[in-house]
Amino acid sequence: MSLKGAIELRGVTKRYGGDRVVDRISLAIKPGEFFSFLGPSGSGKTTTLMMIAGFAAVDEGTIDVDGANISGMQPQHRGFGMVFQNYAIFPHLNVFENVAFPLRARRQPEEVIRKRVRWALDLVQLGAFADRFARQLSGGQQQRVAIARAIVFEPRIVLMDEPLGALDKNLRYDMQVEIKEIQRRLGMTVVYVTHDQEEAMNMSDRIAIMNRGRIEQVGVPSEVYERPANAFVGRFLGEANLLDGKVERCEGDQVRLRVGGLVLRAKTHGTLETAMGASLFVRPERVMIRAAETGGPGGNRASGQVRRVSFLGNIVRYQVEIAPSVHVMVDVQNSGRPPLAVDASVALDWAVDDSLVLVG
Amino acid sequence: MTASRSALWRDPALLIVPAIGFLAIGFVVPLVWFFIETLQEMGSFEDMILEAVSTISSRAVVNAMITTNWIALLVTLLTLFAGYPIAYFLANSDRLRFTLVLFCIIVPYFTSVIVRTYSWMVLLGRNGIINQFLIGTGIVDEPVALLYNKLGVVIGMTYVLLPYMILTLFAAMKAIDPSYVRAAHGLGASRIYAFRHVYLPLSAHGVLSGCLIVFILAIGFFITPALMGGPSDVMIAMLIERSVEIMLDWPSAAVMSLLLLAVTLVLYAVYYRVTDVRRMMGA
Repeated sequence: MSLKGAIELRGVTKRYGGDRVVDRISLAIKPGEFFSFLGPSGSGKTTTLMMIAGFAAVDEGTIDVDGANISGMQPQHRGFGMVFQNYAIFPHLNVFENVAFPLRARRQPEEVIRKRVRWALDLVQLGAFADRFARQLSGGQQQRVAIARAIVFEPRIVLMDEPLGALDKNLRYDMQVEIKEIQRRLGMTVVYVTHDQEEAMNMSDRIAIMNRGRIEQVGVPSEVYERPANAFVGRFLGEANLLDGKVERCEGDQVRLRVGGLVLRAKTHGTLETAMGASLFVRPERVMIRAAETGGPGGNRASGQVRRVSFLGNIVRYQVEIAPSVHVMVDVQNSGRPPLAVDASVALDWAVDDSLVLVG
Repeated sequence: MTASRSALWRDPALLIVPAIGFLAIGFVVPLVWFFIETLQEMGSFEDMILEAVSTISSRAVVNAMITTNWIALLVTLLTLFAGYPIAYFLANSDRLRFTLVLFCIIVPYFTSVIVRTYSWMVLLGRNGIINQFLIGTGIVDEPVALLYNKLGVVIGMTYVLLPYMILTLFAAMKAIDPSYVRAAHGLGASRIYAFRHVYLPLSAHGVLSGCLIVFILAIGFFITPALMGGPSDVMIAMLIERSVEIMLDWPSAAVMSLLLLAVTLVLYAVYYRVTDVRRMMGA
């Protein structure tokens, strides 16, 4: 396997009118990496992908692939595989001809085409559907055709624009596993755009969280989830408690934060000043909840009243008021025990290492 | 009872009743009456068949049918080759350019066909603008015969029928999802390859519909060939008019009309099949 398929973005910018929809993005994607752009709609993630693909012009900055600047190159010369949001399976061609399209456009000999298409269709388990047309296929099958078409000519880089957006939830998970498996087997670089955080975390080697045209954080899924760089990332990726307060004292990498009437401790990865505003971040599943009388271990403690109980199936989510209008969300695995009642007095605790002080 | 009655009254199908009534009274009834009247004039059924056969196989009708179909074919091809790029431009340009070009195409058609045909005659005549230009620049010494021959008829009809082709093609092209062509480029197809193997096939039903519409309209054309054609370029509609107005030979006119109607209906059946196929393709 050759180590090819590195992408480097340097100061890449896209303007529509006066707005920068993509604002000076710089990052390096490694060969063979599964890299996702994750963000809300309008965050510039799709525009970034379209600039990599060549469908949108780069207004500032450069995009390099394996050291060569491709910023001004026509899409058809970039040699990427592409999977589109609406699949874009050609309606006038059958499955075989759809998958053969990139090979025919490259003027490959007939026997090569036959062999490669068979290989690609077998890879996505559509060997028996070669003669069908798109309208005779389910959404999941069309998706597989789109993937087979994107990999049939063995590109070093495959770009995917929300490819699973139109599928229902169960099918989506299966396809995630399948795409990841194909990517791992072929060792290609995949650049993936999604607004679904579970999808991004399940498949990606690294994730770039985008917001308003900028990258808020880049990292492996667990890192981005556990140690968000700021409040936006914490809130966007999974559920999060963000309690607003004021910095009281810094002791090395620990901070004392005043929230309501309470003083809570948390980690920090930045430098903070006394009395500045900040938020305490802690994931709901890291907070322990117990009936008020019993004391427990843990670094941060608070007591309060249950204000809401939400039954979500595998978990029960409590909203606990620990100070006037300061609420903490707590997730408890559904173990079959009856949940705590609304207005019950409870004690909460969580480890200092599980909480972070975030600014912004 | 009342429920079903009010449901019937609310059926939107009722809205087409006036149109159908108008068509029946203004078109079907006179046509049927015309045929019955004229065929009765011929006498027995046997006479009728004989008359029909002799009319259809007469030299004048055969020649007119050949001329008509030949001109209609030429006009269809010319409108296709002239109309495809214009329709492509319309379907793939922004709002301003689209409005501007469409305006230029449509506005001349607000004036009557006769006015437009006469303006062509001003352009194409022996001392017309085009001939003056050709002689003035020294390209030709003698005026070129652009009028009162097949060339004149074809030019005039191509112009009159061009919008039908453009608008039919435009409708088909507008329905093509631009993501298909984009996907083709993304998968390595050059502009020409993507056009030939994606855009053209996806617009093919529009090409077929446009050609059929123009051909159907062209074989029944009267004013333009009558004004711009020569004595040897008699189209079937002119022959029918001559039989009715000059020869007062209604039976021949009826037979020729039936022939024209039959050809048109066959083509329309093909057209119907084509548009049906398009719907099946989901494009």
